[in-house]
Amino acid sequence: MATQATTTAAPLMQPADAQRSAAGLWSDALWRLRRDPTTLAAIAVVVSMVAIALAADLLAANFFHRSFTQQDILSNYEKPNGTEPWMWLGTDELGRSQVVRLLYGARVSLFIGTFGALTAFVIGLTMGLTAGYFGGYWDDLVVWLVTTLNSIPLLYLLLIIGVLFRLDPLPFALLLGGLGWLGIANYARGQTIALREREYVVAARTVGSTAVRLMVRHIAPNILPLMIVLAMIEVGQLILIESAISFIGFGIQPPTPSWGNMLTNASQYLGKAPYLIYPPGIAVLVTVLCLYLVGDGLRDALDPRLRGAVDGGVRK
Amino acid sequence: MWKYVIRRLLYAIPTLLGISVIVFLITRLAPGDPIRLYTFGALNVTEEDIQGLRAYYGLDKPLAIQYVNWIWQVLHGDFGMSLIYHQPALALLFERMGATLQLTFTALFLQLVIGIPLGVMAALRRGSWVDNVIRVFGVIGHAIPQFWLGLMAIILVSVTLRLLPSQGVLTVGKDVWDIPDRLRHIIMPAFVLALAGIANYSRYLRTETLDVISQDYVRTAHAKGLAERTVIYVHALRNALIPMVTALGGILAVLVSGALVVEQVFTWPGVGQFTYAAARAKDYPVIMAGVMVASTLLVLSYLLRDIAYAIVDPRIKVK
Repeated sequence: MATQATTTAAPLMQPADAQRSAAGLWSDALWRLRRDPTTLAAIAVVVSMVAIALAADLLAANFFHRSFTQQDILSNYEKPNGTEPWMWLGTDELGRSQVVRLLYGARVSLFIGTFGALTAFVIGLTMGLTAGYFGGYWDDLVVWLVTTLNSIPLLYLLLIIGVLFRLDPLPFALLLGGLGWLGIANYARGQTIALREREYVVAARTVGSTAVRLMVRHIAPNILPLMIVLAMIEVGQLILIESAISFIGFGIQPPTPSWGNMLTNASQYLGKAPYLIYPPGIAVLVTVLCLYLVGDGLRDALDPRLRGAVDGGVRK
Repeated sequence: MWKYVIRRLLYAIPTLLGISVIVFLITRLAPGDPIRLYTFGALNVTEEDIQGLRAYYGLDKPLAIQYVNWIWQVLHGDFGMSLIYHQPALALLFERMGATLQLTFTALFLQLVIGIPLGVMAALRRGSWVDNVIRVFGVIGHAIPQFWLGLMAIILVSVTLRLLPSQGVLTVGKDVWDIPDRLRHIIMPAFVLALAGIANYSRYLRTETLDVISQDYVRTAHAKGLAERTVIYVHALRNALIPMVTALGGILAVLVSGALVVEQVFTWPGVGQFTYAAARAKDYPVIMAGVMVASTLLVLSYLLRDIAYAIVDPRIKVK
């Protein structure tokens, strides 16, 4: 069985792959990733973003000498200039340093994106896997839940929740994760249904594997790689959603800076300080763009057959 | 066909019920007592008055009974009175529906007429600079925050170039049927709303076209000497477009949800902007009606999408 599989697979390999000895999925993916400059560049940007966000306290205290709430009314509406590091991106109506606020905004956005996507990943994987595996009423229930949540425009739902509850970063991330697992669950469910009847799963069941063992040891590892890609793209989508809902004033509340609520402020002072509007928007764009590129590159590296395939695209 | 349509219609019922339960629960589980909020600051309110009001509004009953009462009213089109306008919430929203539908359909139209040719062009010139530019645009279109794009468009087009108006549907004082004036107002918000979908369509269609043009029947069409144009537009594109109908689902969701933010940025007097204003003012009946109206809009669009899919791809009926 195994030898037959390798002999039929061999001619399909690309010439470059054929020169290498057999390797596992991840080392194989790493090999391909190292030959993909776009993805590598995107990874570099994302990693440095995360590093800067994590070091925000250190940078603010030792390099910029400004905290994100520190006001300096005498130097408000200061255009971006190089006289002092904290004035690099100018100051707002209260004389707060924009570059420092941008750093802390990165922290909030990346935290919400990552933690939300992680939550979505865990819920989506569990729901999809069990629904696909057990079928029956549980499957019907999960499908109904996915359809229902998919039919409420996400921003409207967040608006109504934002009116009634105060959304601090942690609950906000959990909430976004709790609403953002639909795509991941759909994918996991479909794949599980396809894999459930495969010979190796049936064989494992025949020798007495429990349902949990079958799902965890035999099915999940096969769907995990692309799930990670989906989760990566989810991080980007959640950052976009967070910025939108914070922009309209129902997400992260001031004085905690987020890229979204910095833009709310900037749009109010558009006439007096137009330069405020660019940095937070560009920050969101670059971060989300790089996350999408990493997701795309990772997908191609993990499964070259899917190169250029559509990932489900935007949802909400 | 009709059997499929009817079954699909029936499927929409549990979805709508689910949405109503979620919306109801969110508003009822919120912290704070609506009656105490309602009577806040009023003098001479006794504990008995509060109990009386609670009984009057049915808030002393179990949650399940409250839900049944609420859904019964909702089914009769009664979401309650707006706390600010003292008019039925649903009627207020329906007044704004026209503006939202105009904006969404214009955006959808732009997506189709721009996105599809871009995708085909990229696929036909695969690997060229045209393809690369379209692909880069496809990724950026996804990653750009809509509201920020709107602000940028206002700064560039309205403030700097002074080409288009930045808000509203119509110049004040103009005739409501002044179509050129309406077009000048709608083009910018519609384009901003459409961008993510344009990017999405061009990406999908590129992949689909590449997939289709390598099929045997396309080679046959070439072999029997048909013009390139005929092969692409008559044979290949028709089949490449089928999966696009599915893609429409995600795109519609982006449109309905996105309208909320885009209407806000461009002061477009639609359902989204009105719901947003209601949210600012904590006008609960209007917010709930707004979420239900937007969700119903989405459920209906999914329904139309699935029926459209069954028409273009008859194999679906087997399922």
